[in-house]
Amino acid sequence: MALELTGITKRFPNVLANDDVSLSVGEGEIVAMLGENGAGKTTLMNVLFGLYTPDEGEVVIDGKPLEFGSPGASIAAGLGMVHQHFMLVPVFSVAENVILGLEPTNGVGWINQKEARRLVNDISNRYNLAVDPDAMVEDIPVGVQQRVEIIKVLIRDAKYIIFDEPTAVLTPPEVEEFFAIVRGLKEDGRGVIFITHKLNEVIEVADRIVVLRDGKSVGEADPKATTQSHLAEMMVGRPVDLVVSKDPAEPKDEVLSVDRLVVLDDRGQRTVEDLSLSVHAGEIVGIAGVQGNGQTELVEAITGMRPALMGNIRVGGVDVTEFTPRQMHHLGVAHVPEDRQESGLVMAFTIAENMVLDSYYDHPYSRGVRMDWGVATDAAERLVREYDVKAKRVDAPVSTLSGGNQQKVIVAREFDRGVKLVIASQPTRGVDVGSIEYIHARIVEERDAGEAILVVSSELDEVMALSDRVLVMFEGRIVGEFDPTTTSTTEIGLAMLGSGGNDE
Amino acid sequence: MTATANPNDMIHVRATPEEKRSTIIGAVLIALGAYIFWQFGLGVEPGLQATFNLSLQTDTVQGLAWVVDPRQFSMIIGVIVAGLGGWRLTRRALQYTNLSLAISFLLLVMAFLAWAAAGSQFSLVGMLRSTVVLSVVVVFGALTGLMCERVGVVNIGIEGQLLAGAFAAVVLSSAFGTAAGVLGGVAVGALLGWLLAWLSIRFQVDQIIAGVVINFLALGLTSLMSARILSEIQTLNAPERIPAIRIPFLADIPVLGAMFFDHTYFVYGMFLLVFGIHYGLFYSRWGLRSRSVGEHPKAADTAGINVYWVRYRNVILGGMIAGFGGAFLGLAQVARFEENMTGGIGFIGLAAMIFGRWLPIGALGAGLVFGLSRAVQQKVAILNTGIPSEFLFMVPYIVTIIVVAGVVGRTRPPAADGIPYIKD
Ligand SMILES: Nc1ncnc2c1ncn2[C@@H]1O[C@H](COP(=O)(O)OP(=O)(O)OP(=O)(O)O)[C@@H](O)[C@H]1O
Ligand SMILES: [Mg+2]
Repeated sequence: MALELTGITKRFPNVLANDDVSLSVGEGEIVAMLGENGAGKTTLMNVLFGLYTPDEGEVVIDGKPLEFGSPGASIAAGLGMVHQHFMLVPVFSVAENVILGLEPTNGVGWINQKEARRLVNDISNRYNLAVDPDAMVEDIPVGVQQRVEIIKVLIRDAKYIIFDEPTAVLTPPEVEEFFAIVRGLKEDGRGVIFITHKLNEVIEVADRIVVLRDGKSVGEADPKATTQSHLAEMMVGRPVDLVVSKDPAEPKDEVLSVDRLVVLDDRGQRTVEDLSLSVHAGEIVGIAGVQGNGQTELVEAITGMRPALMGNIRVGGVDVTEFTPRQMHHLGVAHVPEDRQESGLVMAFTIAENMVLDSYYDHPYSRGVRMDWGVATDAAERLVREYDVKAKRVDAPVSTLSGGNQQKVIVAREFDRGVKLVIASQPTRGVDVGSIEYIHARIVEERDAGEAILVVSSELDEVMALSDRVLVMFEGRIVGEFDPTTTSTTEIGLAMLGSGGNDE
Repeated sequence: MTATANPNDMIHVRATPEEKRSTIIGAVLIALGAYIFWQFGLGVEPGLQATFNLSLQTDTVQGLAWVVDPRQFSMIIGVIVAGLGGWRLTRRALQYTNLSLAISFLLLVMAFLAWAAAGSQFSLVGMLRSTVVLSVVVVFGALTGLMCERVGVVNIGIEGQLLAGAFAAVVLSSAFGTAAGVLGGVAVGALLGWLLAWLSIRFQVDQIIAGVVINFLALGLTSLMSARILSEIQTLNAPERIPAIRIPFLADIPVLGAMFFDHTYFVYGMFLLVFGIHYGLFYSRWGLRSRSVGEHPKAADTAGINVYWVRYRNVILGGMIAGFGGAFLGLAQVARFEENMTGGIGFIGLAAMIFGRWLPIGALGAGLVFGLSRAVQQKVAILNTGIPSEFLFMVPYIVTIIVVAGVVGRTRPPAADGIPYIKD
C-alpha cells in the first residue's frame, strides 16, 4: 500500500515546472522534499491534490489510479494537503472551516453545530491539538491556524498528508509540537510528505529525503547518514556557507528612535505597550519574539500603516509618528512586510512592475506623466539576476513565481534602494538556503554601508546570526536586550516565553 | 507601567477612528437637537395641536388618535437628541454610536411630522403602512445583491433585473393570468441572473460592466416593447391587481395590523425571505458554502466545493428574487407597466445592502429607512408645509447617500467580492 507518482511532467507557459518526477510514499513513512525556490515542489503537490492537471504522468494511490484536476477526487482518494498559504476562511470559526465541504446536517441542510464541534474536539483531543472549535480563525495565531488545517485533513481521514512548508510560520516551540503531531500521524500508519527549507528539521524528522532541482528529481538521501551542508549542496549544486560572516558593528548616529509607543491591534487591544527602542546607523538590531506579541503592530506603526495611540517615532530626528507610508518612503525608509501576498506585492502585476511599485513616480522610472519602462525593465532584470529570482521574464505576473521567489522580489526591491533605514519582517520566510546566504550577506553589506537595519523575525537562528543587538519582545514590551555573541539561544528562547531575561 | 499612569508625562493620547467618529456624530447630533428645538419646537405657534390618526378606515378598531402639542413635543425631542449628542462627545460606550444615530433619526422624523401636522390631522398609521409597502422593492433588490455578493459576484444589474421582471410579469399576467405573470417575472429574473453569471464567470467580463450591460439591455428592451407593443395593444398592459390577504386576528391589532398583516403575499414573502436567507446564510450548508466562496474561493475549492457552480446557483437565485420583486412592482404596487418604472430603486437596493452590512436583516432595516423617508415625503407633500416638493422628493435619496457615505462607519464586504476565480 503506497502513494506512487510516476513520470509527472507539468509545463507552464515558458516554464517546465516538473520534469518527469517520480516519487513514492509508504504507509507510516515521512518523506521530506527539499529543493531551491522554484524547484517545483509546490507544483508537484498541487498536481497531486488536483489543483493542477499534469501534462504527463500518473499517480496511483493504494493500487487505484487517481483522477487528475479535481480536489474532490483527491480528497476522496485519501489525500490531504496543508498548503503553503493556508486555505482557511478568516471570518469563519474553526469548526466552520473544518466541516466546510462535508457538513454534518440534519437532512434538510441545516448544520448540526453540536456535531461539528464534537468532530473538532474529538480530533483535537486525540492528537493533543488544543484547538477551540468556536474561535474565529482570524483571531488565532498562525500556529493554531495550522492545526486547524491539520484537523481539516484528519477529519477527511486522509491517509497521505502533504505539508507544504509547514514550519515556515511556526516558532521554535510550535515546531516541536508540530513534529510530535507528525510522528503521531506516522504511528497511525499515515504517509507524510513534508516540504521545508530548514535542513536541521529534515534530518530530525524524516525517514527519507528527496531533492528536486529545476523540476527534476536529483536524488535521495538518508537522514541518518547525511549532513546539512551535504543536503544544501545537493539542492543548490554548489557548497553553501551556512553561517553569516560579519565584522563587529560600528554604530554611528541614531536613526530610528521609538519612544514609549502604544499601539492598538484591529480589535482595539493594546498590543504594543510603552515600548521604546533605538537603531543606529551601521548596526543591525534584531527583534526576537514568539509571533503575536505585538511585532506586527510595532512594524506597522513605524512604517506608517497603523496609527500610534501614544508615544513618538523619530527617524533621523524628524517626528514621523503621523506620517503616511508614502511619506516614510520619501524619508528613506524601506520596508519588507511580513506577509508578502497581503502587503508586499500586487500579485497580478508583473515582476518589473512590482520591482518599481514604490518608486514608479520618481526619477528615473518616471518622466512627467510617462513611465520609462525601458529603465524599469533593466533595473528589474539586474535585480532578478543578483537575487537569483527564478523567473524566465520580468514581464511575467508575480503570481506565477514560487513562494520563495516572490519573497526575493520584495527583498531585492527594498534593499536596493540605498536608504537610511530598512525595516525587514521575516526577510527570509520561505527562502531556500542558497538565497538566505545571499540575502544575509546583502543585509550585512548594507549595514557596513551605514544603513540602520531593524530585523523582526520569529526565526531565532536568523536573529542570532544577523543582529548586532537582540531585543526580545513579549506581550507588547521589550523584555530584554542581549548581545548575540555572548548569549546562548536557550537564554533568549526563555526570554521569548516571558520568563528570565534581564528585565529592566 | 503605562504612559498614562504618570501625570507628569506630556505624551498625548491620539484618538482611535471610532472615537473620532463618536465625537463628530456627537457634534452633529447636538446641532440637530438645537435645530429641532428652534425650528420644529419654537417655530410652531403656541396653542396649536397636532393629531396623529392611528386607525385606517379598513381597521376593526376605529377612531384611535394621538394628540400632541407640537411645540412641547419637539422641544423635548430636541433636548433628547442633543443629550444623545453630548453622550457621544464623552466617547464612552462606543458601541452605542449607531443606536444613538438611529434613535435620533426616528425622533427627528417624529418632530418633523408634529411640526408639519400642527393645527391639522395626519394619518400616522397610513404612513407606517406605506413605509412597509415602499420598502418592499428595495429589500428585494438588496437581497438580490446580497445573494450575489456573498458568493463574490458584484451585481450592478439589479435595477435591470427588477425592471425586466416587472415587464414580464405585467405582460404575462395580462395575457394569461396572475400566476403566469408572477412565474414569468421570476423566470426573466433568473435568465438575467444567469446572463450575469455567465458573462462574469465564463468570460471573466468585468462584473461592473456586465451589470451595466444588463441594465441597458433591460431598460432598452422594455422601453422599446412598451412603446411599440403595449401602447398598441393596451390589454397587454392591464394586469389584474393582486389583492391583499388579511391575516385573521393579527390584522385586527391596532396599528401593527395595518402595518404588517394586511398585505399581498409579496410582502409576507419578503419577510420570509429575509429571515430565511439570514438564518440560512449562517446555519445551513448552503450558507456556509456560499460564504466560503465569497470570502476565500480557493479554500472552498480545496475543500472539494465547486466554486463556479455555487456562484452560478446563487447569482441565478438572486435574479429570481429580483424578478419576484419586479412582479410585486408591476402587479401589486402599480398594476401596470410604465417605462423605467423602477426609477433607480435597484441602486437604492444596492445601497441598502451595504448599509445593512451584507446581512438580510440589515438590508430589511435599511429598506425600511428608505421606505420611511419615501412615506414621509408622500404624506408631507399633502400637508402643505411650504417645503418645495422637489426637495421632498430628493430626501429619500439624500438619506441613502448620507447613510452609505460613512455615517454607518466601516463595513466589510466579502473578501473575494468582485474578484473572478481563475484556476491553474
Ligand atoms: N501558475 C503558474 N504559472 C506559471 N508559472 C508557474 C505557476 N506556478 C508556478 N510556476 C513556476 O513553476 C516553477 C515551480 O514553482 P513552485 O511553486 O512549484 O516552486 P517551489 O519549489 O514550491 O518553490 P518555493 O520553495 O519557493 O515555494 C517556478 O519557476 C514558478 O515560477
Ligand atoms: Mg512552494
